[in-house]
Amino acid sequence: MRNLEGKVALITGAARGQGAAEARLFAARGAKVVITDVLDKEGQQIATEIGDAAHYIHLDVTDENAWADAVKETLERFGKLNVLVNNAGIVQVKALVDCSVADYMKVIEINQLGVFLGMRTVAGPMKDAGGGSIINISSIDGLIGMTGGAAYCASKFAVRGMTKVAAMELGPDKIRVNSIHPGGVLTPMVTQTGMDESMVNSIFGKVPLGRVGQPEEMATLAAYLASDDSSYSTGSEFIADGGLTAGFSLDA
Amino acid sequence: MGTLDGKVALITGAARGQGAAEARLFVERGAKVMMTDVLDDEGQQVAAEIGDSAAYMHLDVTSEQGWKDVVAATVEKFGKLNVLINNAGIITPAKEIHETSLEDYRKVIDINQIGVFLGMREVVEPMKTAGGGSIVNISSIDGLTGMYGASAYCASKFAVRGMTKVAALELGKHGIRINSLHPGGVKTKILNDINLSEEQAEEAFKASPLGRIGKSEEMATLAAYLASDDASYSTGSEFVADGGLTAGFSLDS
Repeated sequence: MRNLEGKVALITGAARGQGAAEARLFAARGAKVVITDVLDKEGQQIATEIGDAAHYIHLDVTDENAWADAVKETLERFGKLNVLVNNAGIVQVKALVDCSVADYMKVIEINQLGVFLGMRTVAGPMKDAGGGSIINISSIDGLIGMTGGAAYCASKFAVRGMTKVAAMELGPDKIRVNSIHPGGVLTPMVTQTGMDESMVNSIFGKVPLGRVGQPEEMATLAAYLASDDSSYSTGSEFIADGGLTAGFSLDA
Repeated sequence: MGTLDGKVALITGAARGQGAAEARLFVERGAKVMMTDVLDDEGQQVAAEIGDSAAYMHLDVTSEQGWKDVVAATVEKFGKLNVLINNAGIITPAKEIHETSLEDYRKVIDINQIGVFLGMREVVEPMKTAGGGSIVNISSIDGLTGMYGASAYCASKFAVRGMTKVAALELGKHGIRINSLHPGGVKTKILNDINLSEEQAEEAFKASPLGRIGKSEEMATLAAYLASDDASYSTGSEFVADGGLTAGFSLDS
């Protein structure tokens, strides 16, 4: 299946986890991919493994100038930009009463301002390309609350909201903007919160599908939204959470 | 592109519009399709055009026995059942609540809501036998927001959205995924039923962010995604393709 043939995608946080899975799948389906991250060694490694269809650029998503440079380098390297996956993010689990302003702002800077800057910077080149697709990785924590997630939930709800505004503003330029809401996915970001694989499995084993998600299952959704198959979708939430947010059961 | 290779799908309301587009695309992507409708001539015709990978059967989605017969016939003809697209639906001309007769209200609920309930119920066993499956319930943007003069239609489409989540909770353990699809304005013959001409419909949806009405084929691609293994971790959720109509409102006049 080569339904991303001819497209150029920029993916943030692509050195590992979901971003790396997206980079691999997008290239497998025909796209050219610019991998960005702050983890240069791992990001470079993924780009090398993928081959000529991939290129790595260092990008701190909170840095306005770095965004401009990364987009410029993408255009120089691959000639255009059709797809942006705003995937970079961090998680923080900290009770509201224990959360300092510095803690809070660190999450907002990366997860929320990073997405804002990304959307703003690609709008011009995507218009030049005749349209495009922006995919903002939110979370189920952009749909519901999570204990200890004051900053994380705020940032992910904000991404969901900005997605709708961008969809309205950029629709006339044929730029579609949607949010993806992963549930539990086994990635280094999750295990970094102190949960090991068996804890992750036991927490997310309770969802209707009975298992934690894999990065590849988020990549397929991102690929759908990046492709022309989703040509009439913009401003909406696309959820892949194994049914976690579908509801609750009265069974014990 | 064979993303639906080896899958058998049952599609209701497949004689025309979105259902017919789904049938055509699903076969193109490798599936076998049982098409059903109450419009037998048109349904037969589309099935004949598609060829051996499609078959047509009459199904009134409000008939419990009709469902049992169609599911049995699908399994008999194609060996199994992996995918159900609950696409059949009607819309009636706009009428305010105080003008809506109980009879008119019930007619919409019977087809749009009870039809989906029966369909989900009847495919569970064959999908369990197949080792899992995907049910795609066609709701609407009117399952997300209100529409003036459409009390029965909105009620039925919100109900479909709700039942989708319950079914997802109950059937996840069998590997059966259930999601709802919410089209916005789409150019199909159903628009005639609310007395909208093609030109009026096109004009009505120009105000959406993408600036145009949707095509049946653009709903079929979303249904194909949900039917495929690419959507393996999605269940119990809404998938919207409305050109941004429900994204929000604009302060520009």
